[in-house]
Amino acid sequence: MRNAPIIQDSAMIESPEIMPAKSKLQHEVSTILEHYQHDKTRLMDILIDIQDENGYIPAEAIDYLSHELNISTVDIRQTVSFYHFFSETPRGKYTIYLNDSAVANMNGRKAVSKTFEKEAGISFGSVTEDGLIGLFNTSCIGMNDQEPAALINGAVFTRLTPFRASEIIRDIRAGKQVEEMFVASYGDGNNSSEFIKAVVNNHIMKRGPVLSDQFKPGEGIKEIVKMSPEDVIKEVKISNIRGRGGAGFPTGLKWEFCRNAADQTRYIFCNADEGEPGTFKDRVILTEKPFMLFEGMVIAGYAIGAKEGILYLRYEYKYLKKHLENALQKIRKLKLLGKNILGKKGFNFDIRIQFGAGAYVCGEESALIESAEGKRGEPRDRPPFPVEKGYLEKPTVVNNVETLCSIVKIIKNGGEWYKNLGTKESTGTKVLSISCDCRYPGIYEVEWGFSVNDILDMVGGDDVQAVQVGGPSGSCIAPNEFNRTLCYTDLATGGSLIIIGNHRDLLKGIILNFMDFFIDESCGSCTPCRILTVLLRDKLKKIIEGRGVMQDLEDMEDWGKIMKANRCGLGLTAANPILTTLKNFKNLYLNKIQINKDYDTGFRLDEALREGMKASNRKVSVLENK
Amino acid sequence: MEKKVVATSSLAGCFGCHMSLLDIDERILELIELVEFDKSPVNDVKKFSRRVDIGLIEGGCCNEENVHVLKEFRAQCKVLVSVGECAIMGGLQAIRNTIPLKECLDEAYLNGPSVKGCNEESIIPNDEELPVILNKVYPCHEIVKIDYHLPGCPPSADLIWNALRALVLDEKMEMPYELVKYD
Repeated sequence: MRNAPIIQDSAMIESPEIMPAKSKLQHEVSTILEHYQHDKTRLMDILIDIQDENGYIPAEAIDYLSHELNISTVDIRQTVSFYHFFSETPRGKYTIYLNDSAVANMNGRKAVSKTFEKEAGISFGSVTEDGLIGLFNTSCIGMNDQEPAALINGAVFTRLTPFRASEIIRDIRAGKQVEEMFVASYGDGNNSSEFIKAVVNNHIMKRGPVLSDQFKPGEGIKEIVKMSPEDVIKEVKISNIRGRGGAGFPTGLKWEFCRNAADQTRYIFCNADEGEPGTFKDRVILTEKPFMLFEGMVIAGYAIGAKEGILYLRYEYKYLKKHLENALQKIRKLKLLGKNILGKKGFNFDIRIQFGAGAYVCGEESALIESAEGKRGEPRDRPPFPVEKGYLEKPTVVNNVETLCSIVKIIKNGGEWYKNLGTKESTGTKVLSISCDCRYPGIYEVEWGFSVNDILDMVGGDDVQAVQVGGPSGSCIAPNEFNRTLCYTDLATGGSLIIIGNHRDLLKGIILNFMDFFIDESCGSCTPCRILTVLLRDKLKKIIEGRGVMQDLEDMEDWGKIMKANRCGLGLTAANPILTTLKNFKNLYLNKIQINKDYDTGFRLDEALREGMKASNRKVSVLENK
Repeated sequence: MEKKVVATSSLAGCFGCHMSLLDIDERILELIELVEFDKSPVNDVKKFSRRVDIGLIEGGCCNEENVHVLKEFRAQCKVLVSVGECAIMGGLQAIRNTIPLKECLDEAYLNGPSVKGCNEESIIPNDEELPVILNKVYPCHEIVKIDYHLPGCPPSADLIWNALRALVLDEKMEMPYELVKYD
């Protein structure tokens, strides 16, 4: 009896007559939810749509999502708060994300940001009072060869100058659409196609098998329909190709592990979360070779027995969305995707695009999977590895964009052919992203085994102080090591080479920026990565300001060792900017420290008092009085 | 054996660590056989009379006077020990480090529910006798070199006792697990 009224109550709440009318926002969210079939693992897509629609994610939307998807608001908020491009407060009708990478700064970002601030009348990290313009910093957006660059409502603006910055703000105030604000002509290749229309250049300076024009859609798939999946894996193993994202795991082996996993539902992911500052080769491949990439995914899917492929694309490359979707449509029409591919019965495979929302750590495969499931992009503990338990707990292979493209060529020409390229341990070619102080920055596809000197000759880099190989997480090498070669046994790299001229202040201009980058991008899960990155950055700052002592250098080396306790690639390498320069450019540090002091905490009373004096409107302190 | 000389002070702390020192109970008799106190609230001596062997610092630094005292301790003490959470990490006061100083002062003196409408001239205390507040609360080792850290809130009397004994007698310190676990 006691329960009866309660049942009645809940029935009444659910009845449509009593339900309060849906607000406009709820209607909008409902439509988005229907589009994703109320699937809570698609939370990222749902949030991206809400963010794009409203310019932010209103609290009301979070409450409504929580109710409709039956997940707590806290779970939704922790996803929202994890990604740079999500915000719970409005980010402006026009949101300007100006890249704050080291190379952007080396190319005059400061003057550009100052002009944006002056013209908009606000500082970075805020929105104008009328809600028209928002100014925000962002990490490398993959335009290193055309910096400083910014994303404005998703559209890319490259090679910015103070003049352009004031023009842009003026155009915004005049109510122009983003597309109407371009002044330069669209870039080369597909950049000017109707589906992209971006003022972005490919700068392909040297082509190899991956970037070659000799590719016809279907050339790889035609081969595999004649082969068994095991034979495909065998061919890939013969080629000895290793992952091109940077970690260099043998691709054939990864596929085999996944193929041998017990669960029959499997997934193939293409990792297009190219976040390593200084890397932009995947952007060019996605622009010029989408068919080849998708074909690589089909081949991988066939080999491991997956029916679904997911292209995890960083939000910064959202301007390529239409282009990639159009490519998918085209290859579906060619029967290279979909049901019974090329007439082979039971060979079903399709691909969808999953966007990230701005998080470097999502380039780590297990973090990428977490993100694709709608969660915070925090790396998982391993084992189990994704090949055993990955996306939705199913066996999953995550391959880099370039790896998958190379696969197509391996299948077409054979593993033996591929093995003859490069060196014995590092077979094939590598697409390099080369930027900063050289005459011809851009994309170069070379065989493994080039020395750094060869590369500098090739790109026109002279008067070079240092080369940052593999982005901030790689190593910074000095001229006495320029004879080292690019290969997995010497200088392994995901392909980013930042060339740093002699006129640069290496520690202040570059290494400090790299440390700030890691602090921003750390997911915060492992203590050393969350805390030591900050302490190391502060030590570096102290040294740059001339307050360091010998002890600080020793501390940095010692603390760097503790970074091995972190669980993912980000944490393991986050101290590398400091550790590799300490090793290769020790003199830069020694010249800055105080030789006649053994100890200095770096504390300066006058600086620590400034704020308090101002707040209480005082001219002199007690100590000065005495 | 000549007695070692000890000085102590509480900076931005609650005197809890000093209370914990008194919790050594009857061992205080043994202590005065081993050491004599110079500047310390224990004997109410306000100024250093000489250079001392051991300095114990409770509390972090939240204003310029704390910094001044801490620097004086560093200059006068051969060995300087941070005692307790506040000296080591800033303690409860350091919660303000996440909020801009101006906002904290405005809340405390102008906008807070207990002061709103009472501070007619909107004054943030600025008498020249008052030490200026620092931009944030600093743990002691961020200001001067600290030789040892005794953790705890407060560190237990036994821990302080063991540490003092070890320092005075130049012995290895006993640190049983129960004294340094905090769960």
